[in-house]
Amino acid sequence: MDIPYTVQPRPETGLYNAKVGIWLFLASEVMLFGGLFSGYVLLRVGADRWPHGWLNVTLGTANTIILALSAITTLLAWVACKVGHFGKFRFFHACTLLLALSFLGIKSYEYHDKWIHYEIKLNDGTFADGHLVEKSDDFDLANKTGTFTIHGRIVTDENDLYDLRSQKNIQLKEIIVAAADIKSIENYGPWHNTYLALYFTLTGLHALHILGGSIVIGYLWGPGRRMWKTDHQRFTNRIEVSGLFWHFVDLVWIFLFPVLYLT
Amino acid sequence: MSELNNSEPHDASLASESQSHEHPVDFQNYLRRCIYIFISILCAVSLMIWASYLPHEHFSWAVKVTIILAVACCNAFVVAGFLMHLISEKKMIYTVLSFTVFFFAGLLGLTVWAMQDFPAGTTH
Amino acid sequence: MESTVGQFPPYREPEAHHAHQEHRHEHHNPGFLSSYVFSTDHKIIGIQYGLTALFFLLFGFFLMILMRWQIAHPGQPVPFIGPLLEKILGSTMAGNGAISPELYNSFGAMHGTIMVFLGVVPLAFAAFGNYVVPLMIGAPDMVFPRVNMASYQAYFLGGIVMFVSFFIPGGAAQAGWTSYSPLATTIPTHGQAFWLIGMVLLITSSLLGAVNFIGTIIQLRAPGMTWMRLPWFVWAQFVTAFLLLLAFPPLEAAGVMQLMDNLAHTSFFLPTGLAIGGKLASVSGGGSPLLWQHLFWFLGHPEVYVLILPAMGTVCEIIANNTRKPIWGYKSLVYSVLTIGFLSFIVWAHHMYMTGMGTKISAFFQTTTMIISIPSVIILTCLFISLWGGSIRFNTPMLFALAFLPMFGIGGLTGLPLGFNVSDVYLHDTYYVIAHFHYVVAPGTIFGLFAGIYYWYPKMTGRKMNEFWGRVHFWGSFVFMNLVFMPMFAQGMKGMLRRMADGGANYSAARVPGAIDTLPSSIMELHTWILWAAVALGIAQIPFIINLFWSIKHGEKVGDNPWQSTTLEWQTPTPPPHGNFAAPPRIYRGPYEYSVPGHDTDFTPQNEPDAPAPAIVPKMSPVPVAH
Repeated sequence: MDIPYTVQPRPETGLYNAKVGIWLFLASEVMLFGGLFSGYVLLRVGADRWPHGWLNVTLGTANTIILALSAITTLLAWVACKVGHFGKFRFFHACTLLLALSFLGIKSYEYHDKWIHYEIKLNDGTFADGHLVEKSDDFDLANKTGTFTIHGRIVTDENDLYDLRSQKNIQLKEIIVAAADIKSIENYGPWHNTYLALYFTLTGLHALHILGGSIVIGYLWGPGRRMWKTDHQRFTNRIEVSGLFWHFVDLVWIFLFPVLYLT
Repeated sequence: MSELNNSEPHDASLASESQSHEHPVDFQNYLRRCIYIFISILCAVSLMIWASYLPHEHFSWAVKVTIILAVACCNAFVVAGFLMHLISEKKMIYTVLSFTVFFFAGLLGLTVWAMQDFPAGTTH
Repeated sequence: MESTVGQFPPYREPEAHHAHQEHRHEHHNPGFLSSYVFSTDHKIIGIQYGLTALFFLLFGFFLMILMRWQIAHPGQPVPFIGPLLEKILGSTMAGNGAISPELYNSFGAMHGTIMVFLGVVPLAFAAFGNYVVPLMIGAPDMVFPRVNMASYQAYFLGGIVMFVSFFIPGGAAQAGWTSYSPLATTIPTHGQAFWLIGMVLLITSSLLGAVNFIGTIIQLRAPGMTWMRLPWFVWAQFVTAFLLLLAFPPLEAAGVMQLMDNLAHTSFFLPTGLAIGGKLASVSGGGSPLLWQHLFWFLGHPEVYVLILPAMGTVCEIIANNTRKPIWGYKSLVYSVLTIGFLSFIVWAHHMYMTGMGTKISAFFQTTTMIISIPSVIILTCLFISLWGGSIRFNTPMLFALAFLPMFGIGGLTGLPLGFNVSDVYLHDTYYVIAHFHYVVAPGTIFGLFAGIYYWYPKMTGRKMNEFWGRVHFWGSFVFMNLVFMPMFAQGMKGMLRRMADGGANYSAARVPGAIDTLPSSIMELHTWILWAAVALGIAQIPFIINLFWSIKHGEKVGDNPWQSTTLEWQTPTPPPHGNFAAPPRIYRGPYEYSVPGHDTDFTPQNEPDAPAPAIVPKMSPVPVAH
């Protein structure tokens, strides 16, 4: 006996199997990201101070537009399958994949930007904060040799490093810091504070979902497209179901972007 | 739960969204709708960015966050409703999703409440 | 009968049927690997889950015996096993063959994790559910067979990661099965990271399984199998799957965050000002240990219903079958299980009464906790009332099913003082809690699962397990389970706390004479009794293990429906072939049509058609009948 309702819907529910499956899976994903967002709300409400303006809004907006566009091309790829235009389907999903790649590219650039951004506690109680320009060859914190050059600024109050939105005309210049003056040095990784921990974890998990979705769509665009010839209706359903996953990933970003970049 | 009914009438018109191949789907029509959806997404994003740059002397972060999240919810509704065609989806899916939303609201709401409700003088 | 439920790989495309039939005679013989290791057939996967889970249950039992030794004889070398422990785990962990406190803690954490996530849930939900549910609803397989195989493989990998964690330097996870931060992040072992990675794999397995179960029950019910004609076992598995689907992901989120804390030095759950060993920890701070607890228990509470519901479902089927009458209150059972599923998401903080929550939030959780006890009682009551007036057959499955009822009753009732905030203040984290939850899971769920193994064994193998040794297994388990766990109520009420590697010796009257409310010797002496009862309990399992394997070849041969059951899984050949049914069965009646008046047999299978209409009498010429 075959498994029924793989293509034709079950009359009682009006759904085919894969559609039920993907919506159930998406429900669990809502709870997954919901758990992370609940953590975000809790940690932020309970925090003494919270950074503002630490992320580049232009890049974030670009990524938002890229992902929104990819959601559109995903839908159009499915529509092309429904009307039988295989060529159009390949075009639109090729766009989807290129847009996904761009998203990940911009994300990597943003991660790298944080990676080379340092906060240096100096022995005199002030803070040097900026992007790494150069580390001298003999730079050694333990032995207090060498210099660490950043493009940034020096502040006396650490709180000034947090709310960048309310500060106007921040002047950045090249600063050479001697290792002997450094009390401690840490870059803007997830260990730096809870905001960055949440940023890296939330966007990292989201990026993994983008990657996973790209692999599935890439498979269907590439080796998996053989099914179009043998069972085009089932293939169209696969495009629809993978499209639903992709739209969900876009949906998560619709909340991630304002919550991390804008607030 | 609603599935206790023995059967639901097979709704032929709803099948057009995803099942029936014979029903003609107008590609140009879909393309036009997609452009409208994209424009509305762009508007929502612009609105959120504008709200976030409102002067902080007059607007507290709480107010700004509320505005931004409200716009984000509308944006999400557009994506979920139209791109995922949740608007014309079947009752079974709605039921699962409404329970999910309820449980997520419970998780968030009850946890925040638990953190806010504690005997006076027990934290510093 | 050919099925497109193909073996992996490759999944055969559903070509047009006539083209497919041409290839039928060329169908190759799938090798051993395809048939038994990489199978997509729900029955094979069910057995894979079952055997793996039984292994882990045994392993978890073994860990418990070692802990009970340590509790009764703190610091003394373990007999027979001691030298082996020292050789495998090193002298820091098991110096002299004695169990160090760190090793005890890792046994404790892993006993809980293994029993719950690698033992009971895979057996109750994945093993029984996979084998029985598609058969019971008239489906050819699960709705996503390859996802099914992937879910077993994720479970298997998770099990390996957990098992291997014992052998890494520093040892396995030691912060309890609840893995509370900051302890879980500051313990100097990578065992915690292994635990988290193992949990992520197990959660993935459960999520994939849950999608499969729900999808199958919604989409693949045979014609005529309406929702209210489903055996209650299927309803129980359906709700269990929803619990897994929606409650596990927040724990996965928390697990990811704790993994980041452990490996990336973030401070999701580490508070500002955290000091370790007297020194300020070099972490960014700003985190919340309570956040971990909320996210953990958001799963943790639905998880206990995941543990009990499949067993209740099994017991329900066996009671109906062995009383030869319908279950009393089918509708109540259905609505109760749905209510339990729904409410279980909003009771979790009754595990957190001692975390400093205020009175309003505590009152909320206390209220929902009390409300959720109502449907549980309704379910138990329906099962009890079902016995009334029944023609009871006391075979081994029925013995276990009957024992389940009072044992779960004890477990459930002893939960009430824990659900009330005021009494929980005293009882929290004592042995009372341990006794309560072991009563629900051990003589509760596990008895239900034993019942299920004896009951469905003939469908899987065509033979019954040996009845005499089944009874030996039953009485041994029943007596010794009670002897192990009943004393723990007394110990808990006297104030003995959980997770003490020395069995409470530091708080005993012997150690601190004259101090107030120390543990008296009467309580401490119970340790020795419990140890012997646990050993006897282990010995009582030996007939079961032998019986399980011996009966495959030597058990009493039986037909397709040896228990004369009404449900669909007994109306197939034995064992059911690939694809289960030649054509979709047609369902005509409910699941418990036993002793229907006027019927020749005392049971009517669900797919038996209604009696045909009386034959039309052929026309006869009127012949006068002499009076």
